[in-house]
Amino acid sequence: MGIPYYYSLRNLWTRKLTTGLTIAGMALVVFVFASLLMLAEGLRKTLVATGSYDNVVVIRKGSKSEVQSGVERGQASIVETLPEVAAGPDGQPLAAKELVVLISLPKRGSDKPSNVLIRGISATSLLLRPQVKITEGRMPRPGSSEIIAGTSIANRFRGGGMGESLHFGMRDWAVVGTFDAGSTGFSSEIWGDVDQLMQAFRRPVYSSVIFRMRDPSEFERIKRTIDNDPRLSLDVMREVRYYEEQSEAMARFLRILGMSLTAIFSLGAIIGAMITMYAAVANRTAEIGTLRALGFQRASILGAFVLESLFLGLLGGLAGLFFASFMQLLTISTVNFQTFSELAFSFTLTFRIIYQALLFSLFMGFIGGVLPAFRASRMKIIDALRAS
Amino acid sequence: MFLIRLLIKNAFRHKLRTALTVLGMTIAILAFGLLRTVISAWYAGVEASSANRLITRNAVSLVFFLPISYKDKIRQVEGVEGVSAANWFGGIYIEEKNFFANFAVEPQSYLDLVPEFVLPPDQKEAFLRDRKGAVAGRKLAEKYGWKISDPITLKGTIFPGNWDFTLQGIYTGRDKTVDESQFIFHWDYLNETVKKVLPRRADQAGFFIVGLKNPHLAAEVSTAIDAQFKNSLAETLTETEKAFQLSFISMTEAIVIVIRLVSFIIIVIIMAVVANTMAMTARERIGEYAILKALGFGAPYLAVLIFGESLFITSLGAALGIAATFPAARAFGNALGQFFPVFNVAPGTVYLDIAASLVVGTVAAVVPTVRAVRIRIADGLRRIG
Amino acid sequence: MENHRPPIVEIRNLSKSYRRGSQVVPVLEDISFDIREGEFLALMGPSGSGKSTLLNLIAGIDQADSGSIKVGGIEITTLSETELAHWRAFNIGFIFQFYNLIPVLTAVENVELPLLLTSLSKRERREHVEVALRVVGLADRMDYYPGQLSGGQQQRVAIARAVVTDPTLLVADEPTGDLDRVSAKEILDLMGRLNNESGKTIIMVTHDPRAAERAHLIKHLDKGVLNVSDPAPH
Repeated sequence: MGIPYYYSLRNLWTRKLTTGLTIAGMALVVFVFASLLMLAEGLRKTLVATGSYDNVVVIRKGSKSEVQSGVERGQASIVETLPEVAAGPDGQPLAAKELVVLISLPKRGSDKPSNVLIRGISATSLLLRPQVKITEGRMPRPGSSEIIAGTSIANRFRGGGMGESLHFGMRDWAVVGTFDAGSTGFSSEIWGDVDQLMQAFRRPVYSSVIFRMRDPSEFERIKRTIDNDPRLSLDVMREVRYYEEQSEAMARFLRILGMSLTAIFSLGAIIGAMITMYAAVANRTAEIGTLRALGFQRASILGAFVLESLFLGLLGGLAGLFFASFMQLLTISTVNFQTFSELAFSFTLTFRIIYQALLFSLFMGFIGGVLPAFRASRMKIIDALRAS
Repeated sequence: MFLIRLLIKNAFRHKLRTALTVLGMTIAILAFGLLRTVISAWYAGVEASSANRLITRNAVSLVFFLPISYKDKIRQVEGVEGVSAANWFGGIYIEEKNFFANFAVEPQSYLDLVPEFVLPPDQKEAFLRDRKGAVAGRKLAEKYGWKISDPITLKGTIFPGNWDFTLQGIYTGRDKTVDESQFIFHWDYLNETVKKVLPRRADQAGFFIVGLKNPHLAAEVSTAIDAQFKNSLAETLTETEKAFQLSFISMTEAIVIVIRLVSFIIIVIIMAVVANTMAMTARERIGEYAILKALGFGAPYLAVLIFGESLFITSLGAALGIAATFPAARAFGNALGQFFPVFNVAPGTVYLDIAASLVVGTVAAVVPTVRAVRIRIADGLRRIG
Repeated sequence: MENHRPPIVEIRNLSKSYRRGSQVVPVLEDISFDIREGEFLALMGPSGSGKSTLLNLIAGIDQADSGSIKVGGIEITTLSETELAHWRAFNIGFIFQFYNLIPVLTAVENVELPLLLTSLSKRERREHVEVALRVVGLADRMDYYPGQLSGGQQQRVAIARAVVTDPTLLVADEPTGDLDRVSAKEILDLMGRLNNESGKTIIMVTHDPRAAERAHLIKHLDKGVLNVSDPAPH
């Protein structure tokens, strides 16, 4: 049996100021680490939840996003009538021809303009997105200048709330309802009748066609059919994949930022732990000699000091996670630089992040403590005893 | 003088600890400097924008275009010197990850309005003559190894199809704030092709660049332009180039705020590390401080000794960190060229570095100094024995 | 009577020198002697005479240059470092001048420490610790930290730690060197009792003649040579 764990723990407790400062440094690093992971996770969750595996998005070849896309009316009809499209409750194909444009609207409070995505919807659009729920008011009547706004638009943009109105496309549009789409991207959209919006924006073509597959496993076949049809110059994607690609650059940016920041910051915290542990070893030289004289092996001494440093890391990790968990109350809204449209997502804490953050903090503790611990274990007994 | 020698000697008594603390400080200042540089790179477009130019675009949003016929109407507005039509092309070079800004522009008027793009006369000549000609910035050409007269193909995202160009010129920036990674080509080439494939989208410009006779007229001219098109099918929004650039940044403000915040966290982390070092050092020397007090040295003397040592360590680390920031920023700028075409360390960043090191050094010395000053001589002496 | 007991420590031709810079300073030169079981031996001599070095060599925490040390029949100069540590845990009880208790552990935990190297169960360890603390008269201070105890009390905890494993040898390096006269007398009484009543073999380095008086045998070291061996005055 080795040196008891409470030896390591109590030594930390004895040097409260030093231990506290070291833990504070580590906690901040873990806080940054966890927060950035939470941000990336929030973004991922938002986009994954936005798409549905059974749905297919069809846009113009090479256009990358609905905003840049244009699907001619004739092409849209061909897609809509494909036999692989599922049928709705009324027997009609479960497909929606939609228009997507960006408009810039001023935010509440700051009045700063930001780009908002407006989606012209068909009768089936809501059926295709079961995650969208009307929370207040009603759906816009076809043929009217009525719109409904996602919760994050209603809350954050001027004129976006229930009963208010927005001006664009040389018309005033009454907000007759708000909808909640949970943590999906739809919550940052405005929906209105597709024909009215096409008139208002003088767009003769649709942006995209969305449909539900009769059999989700048929996707490859559908894709081949559309790719091989010379009349259609269209890209076909599963909806989940489409939304994933929409934020690839953003996700990559967050990942690079997160990884490089934590790498650099952790160097600082590791150095902090190293300074602390070297001092701990120097101050306890005589103790180390005594323990060795009593018959404890070098490995036990090494273990005790590494354990002490691991405790430091763990405490830092727990403190950092504690503060990072409050970040869940925050929602970040920014413009996705791939689509130029506003996207809101929140910090999301998962068990995976908790475990990664704790592992990371233990890693910092270990790296910070291992060299000092080696120094402690390699002392000659009589030299160490003489240090008293 | 004696004091300074003593505090420097003190700083090096624990060589390993001091070295580690200085290293930590160096890393922190380096990280801080790089993060501040990322922020200034974010604003580089704003810095580089000319007070002499306005941007006119569709009031609805950037994805809506304006009729090319607006150009002549804008030119007639009082105070306007020149107008050039341009389109954001959004082309992809081979793969999506090779992102760079590419625009279709009216070559003659554009180059006249953008004098910060310096192009040798013969190359300019060749570019103007070649309908499929293109001009790339120096950094961009270096990145992909392009030479004059190389063929370049971009894949259109907004305008479908593959677009072939011939590189006729490589521009350099007039100064180092200029983005040298843009790609421009003939608006006519774009328009003629679009006319054939997508006739309803022909004869449209994404935005107009408007040159002013006098920068003081910016507000009046903007209002005059927008008034002309009020209540038309395509209303315009005209603002200075600076405001136009700022509107892009304000959309990604959340990210800038995060980076700004995080840049201060590293300073707080290193503050904890240096404070820890000073606390340990002072605790070990409490006996010596008691002896100094017994010899008649007062509290100010001890304060100078501890603050001096702390500041010496942080300044040393900061000096190394600042020195390392410049080569690191160059490497970083090369690696992230597509996100940040302009990546220079601003003088303001260096001042902030220095301020941060002073704050860290001072804060770290407070608690140890208070302890050293408060220690009763008898207690301090006992601790030695 | 003692002469008929078998020797528990046999030292033969032991030499040890230190290197100070480029100079080699001899500390012990060709020393040979035996210590019998139940002996209470005091090693005396001026500073630098090598008495502590000799003690450290017998206790297995320092390495000799040449010669042999057998303790309980085991040749310890050829043991590897790991074997030596294991050997110390079972055979040597240390008493130091500055007690060398672990400040973050209570009296009980300090005494329990060497037992952690044995295979005793938690309950057995607790029993041994309580017995040891009772022997040194500190049964009422079990949960005190060293900082809450006087010097003499700390040294008694250290003695409890030394005897708790029932080692072959007790080695004490200036055990009274840091104590006032009253506490020193208590410690020496305790060591005498351990020797007389429990038959512990004790080797003690000291330069305090009052401490040496308690020993049966005093050996003087001077400049690395063992010159006289006096019988105890009483």
